[in-house]
Amino acid sequence: MSNLNPETGPFFPRDRSWQPKAYTPEYKTSVVRSPQKAPISFPNTISEITGPVFGHNILGERDHDLISNFAKPGESALGERIIVHGRVLDERGRGVSGALIEVWQANAGGRYRHKNEGYIAPLDTNFGGCGRTITNDEGAYEFRTIKPGPYPWPNGVNDWRPAHIHFSLFGDGFAQRLITQMYFEGDPLIPLCPIVNAISDARAIEQLIAPLDMANTIPMDARAYKFDIVLRGRRSSPFDNKLEGN
Amino acid sequence: MVQALNRLKESASQTAGPYVHIGCTPNFLGMDGIYPDDLGRAMVNDKTKGERITVTGRVIDGTGTPLKDALIEIWQADAAGLYNSPSELRGSADPNFTGWGRQPTDLETGVFSFETIKPGRVPFTDGRDQAPHISFWIVARGINLGLHTRMYFADEAMANREDPILARLEHKVRVRTLIAERQADTYTFDIHLQGARETIFFDI
Ligand SMILES: [Fe+3]
Repeated sequence: MSNLNPETGPFFPRDRSWQPKAYTPEYKTSVVRSPQKAPISFPNTISEITGPVFGHNILGERDHDLISNFAKPGESALGERIIVHGRVLDERGRGVSGALIEVWQANAGGRYRHKNEGYIAPLDTNFGGCGRTITNDEGAYEFRTIKPGPYPWPNGVNDWRPAHIHFSLFGDGFAQRLITQMYFEGDPLIPLCPIVNAISDARAIEQLIAPLDMANTIPMDARAYKFDIVLRGRRSSPFDNKLEGN
Repeated sequence: MVQALNRLKESASQTAGPYVHIGCTPNFLGMDGIYPDDLGRAMVNDKTKGERITVTGRVIDGTGTPLKDALIEIWQADAAGLYNSPSELRGSADPNFTGWGRQPTDLETGVFSFETIKPGRVPFTDGRDQAPHISFWIVARGINLGLHTRMYFADEAMANREDPILARLEHKVRVRTLIAERQADTYTFDIHLQGARETIFFDI
């Protein structure tokens, strides 16, 4: 951890109108899995403002390289080679250093390496589909992978997920824990997707769409997409709301 | 005109989906060779201080069916009531206890299980003691935004009665949805997503 001045402030309240609602019937599985009662609020305590942090020592050399981390020696995954990079920021705009990012995705044909996956597209023997990294002092990160394919899924009779990469993020407080998905600029499946449309604010959807980043493309090798992620921010104020006299 | 606050918006959550294991617990899937072990699988070792316990349960949907594709994370204090976190300024937590665990629900039975220790008490914002508790975070296909809840211990009735958070709950009948029953060294905590026994979830 490079964080010499750990933060201990409470988090800004979560904007639940920006986040997807629990009950989104066009995404059918949410119907029986969405809590129906209002979540209960209470002020952040030490249990919410603390959280696990991870050192770079947990990382293997190729953890952030999905093209090679499951491939046989000398081989690589099939598909469009891409760099996915960006920064993890908090709501105050500060880079979040030391943030663990875990990603998972389908292969170039839209097929996941998973026991419960039944799509007819073939597995790629050189592609596992997971990667992880930890942000640097500025909050920046980078993965190398192949562009995942869109895939059909059982919801309506003919629903297709836009190409996407799943992202899991840790900040430094358990209340910041977030799982989201990155989409690709220009994908016509994005506005058709019931999972995307669980988010009601169009600006919140746009925030999940990574633009093509030609400046960071590696010539004759890989295109780049830029994806910044924002975690909840904390109050910086040292003033606690202690009862008078305490 | 006034100055702009220049705040960013938190990225919107999207479901973890049915294949969350690929990214978070690949070894559990049999996809070994990428990471040496699944992160969060082991919380304790031989030297961990405190009373060893097992925390087990299921996540149950509105039809009464356990989820077989959920992922559960827990976060708790050590036996002395300290968190293994840089933001913990009250002292140094037990170096042999991570405080953080992550387990998938079983692909056939839907049961999750953590080997951990009973946490000590930690303060509320006003300095009063909270009852011992474990924070839970639940993600799965069909859950658009990860769900936060807490588990309390049935054999801590006195501490539970004076707990500042349990005390402020309006519907006392729902408090029991947060309390795990003890049998020998095992606490069972079933999480109900809907229905008469819907677990209390927190907006924290
Ligand atoms: Fe997916």
